[in-house]
Amino acid sequence: MTDLTTILAGVRFPNPVFTASGCAAAGQELDQFFDVTALGGVVTKSIMLEPRSGRATPRMAETPSGMLNSIGLQGPGIDVLLDKDLPWLAERGARAVVSIAGGSVADYANLASRLRDRPGLAMVEVNISCPNVEDRGQVFACDPQAASGVVSAVRRNTAPGIPVFAKLSPDVTDIALIARACVDAGADGLSVINTLLGMVIDTTTMRPALAGITGGLSGPAIRPVAVRCVWQVHQALPDVPILGMGGIRTGLDALQFLLAGASAVSVGTTVFGDPTAPVRVLAELEQALADRGVEHVRDVIGLAHGAAGHLVPEGPDPVGDEPAAAMEEP
Amino acid sequence: MPVQVLGDVLSVKRVGAYLSMTVIAPGIAELTRPGHFLAVQVGGPESSMLLRRAFAIYDVKDRGVYGGTVEFVFAVHGKGTAWLSSRRPQDKLDVVGPLGKPFRLPTTGVNATLVGGGYGSAPLLPLATALRERSCRVDMVLGAGSADRLFGLLEAKRMAASIAVTTDDGSVGTTGRVSDVLPGVLDKCRTDVVYACGPMPMLRAVAAVCAERGIPCQVAVEESMACGIGVCMTCVLPVIGDDGRTRMARSCVEGPVFLADRVRWDDVGSVPHDTVGALGRP
Repeated sequence: MTDLTTILAGVRFPNPVFTASGCAAAGQELDQFFDVTALGGVVTKSIMLEPRSGRATPRMAETPSGMLNSIGLQGPGIDVLLDKDLPWLAERGARAVVSIAGGSVADYANLASRLRDRPGLAMVEVNISCPNVEDRGQVFACDPQAASGVVSAVRRNTAPGIPVFAKLSPDVTDIALIARACVDAGADGLSVINTLLGMVIDTTTMRPALAGITGGLSGPAIRPVAVRCVWQVHQALPDVPILGMGGIRTGLDALQFLLAGASAVSVGTTVFGDPTAPVRVLAELEQALADRGVEHVRDVIGLAHGAAGHLVPEGPDPVGDEPAAAMEEP
Repeated sequence: MPVQVLGDVLSVKRVGAYLSMTVIAPGIAELTRPGHFLAVQVGGPESSMLLRRAFAIYDVKDRGVYGGTVEFVFAVHGKGTAWLSSRRPQDKLDVVGPLGKPFRLPTTGVNATLVGGGYGSAPLLPLATALRERSCRVDMVLGAGSADRLFGLLEAKRMAASIAVTTDDGSVGTTGRVSDVLPGVLDKCRTDVVYACGPMPMLRAVAAVCAERGIPCQVAVEESMACGIGVCMTCVLPVIGDDGRTRMARSCVEGPVFLADRVRWDDVGSVPHDTVGALGRP
């Protein structure tokens, strides 16, 4: 079998399949369906300093192969995470990746210092790209200087040895530019991508379907955008580890992200429709790697950037989940 | 503890304007209590519809020829339920359940009035059975837009000490809403507790009638959900907690059954300014 161990900025994870922020709460709910310690890591829902009620309802609209959400970072605040959720994850033996969100650089710095030296913390993911904030100007990931300010504050306040990953928005002209700004500010890695800003109008009420008007688009509908973003960031910064996410539904989807340059992946929206999806994706990925004769998962990270024929696929379905007949000539 | 089961469809029956589907789902039936719900995947494994559809559990059989089966009632509203209506026996269906918090049952024999709107009566019928097993008197009020949208009328008649029926169009029973006849029923039946399930405006009206009379009332709410298991945070409504403070509660795991006097009915759909963590609060 393939060695699935993956290393993100010096931290070793037993496999490259994680949950995604905002799609797994803090792990307890999913642990009813599968053992969360079987995953590479559990990425918790973005936590803020104070409790947050989130936005009005409707907060969700289903879209073709996707969904829009405008939750607005509802959560209990960092105290509850530190008192209940993180100790639970630590006791279970899960590797916790805590996602943090704030309204100012000081918020982020404060959150990072609150997390310092907490048992169970494997990594910090800095959510600088949530589209569901009242003021779009707060989307730090849309501006290299703002992103850089947040990331450097978090890095300064986080224990050495705990990687800091910045989560990027695809809603920018040049994602590599923001990626570089984050890395220059001290990010050890990048999470790629957050949701895309979208909108649905209800044709019966003739008004926006979401109370928040706009929402974040996620699910398989955004997968090609996500793979493209991972590819561009890896091309620009080949030595920076990437946690890739965006519409992963199967093991072959996960493999696309690894081939584009991600060292690990998060399974997000798919969990809503299939609570056991993360472990299923892991099993399918393991099988897909074995079918292709891959000995170490690290051998496929960024492989798609190389010359064709570098690794001869032996699998029955080398092009992914689309039938070859449906592929169009470039 | 909910389970995810890929079960065979056993039957799909047309019941008036609704459909009733029974699925062989071992592990779910044994754990189900009245008020629990199911989350059903629609469109098959390659579906472009990612989100589960949630339905109250109507009937379960935890033994018999087919092992555990679970039955739910639905109406065709959109593409997902249209797909569901086209399932046939032996088709596979991915179901997760039982989910949510069920109705709380009284410990002694009391007079219970059960109020159902449309196919909201589905979870009330097993509840009536459970209440009768506890020596409760059960009276029922069922309402719908029209006669074909009343679910379980015959079964209700067999179980209830009395039954009142309303339809919007007057095709059967009293013309009007359940809340129009409810005050009379509560007085006549010396009702101690009320259980209600149906559309939100109906629940709100029932809650108001009960509040006026100081009768405890439990409601099973209908909020649109994406996951049904507590991770997506979309099915929230403002609910007052034991500490007197309002929070946006997830109807899938903290509900779907709530005490009616804890729900901020006037504010459903919004975030009241005094909610814990509301923006603009100091």
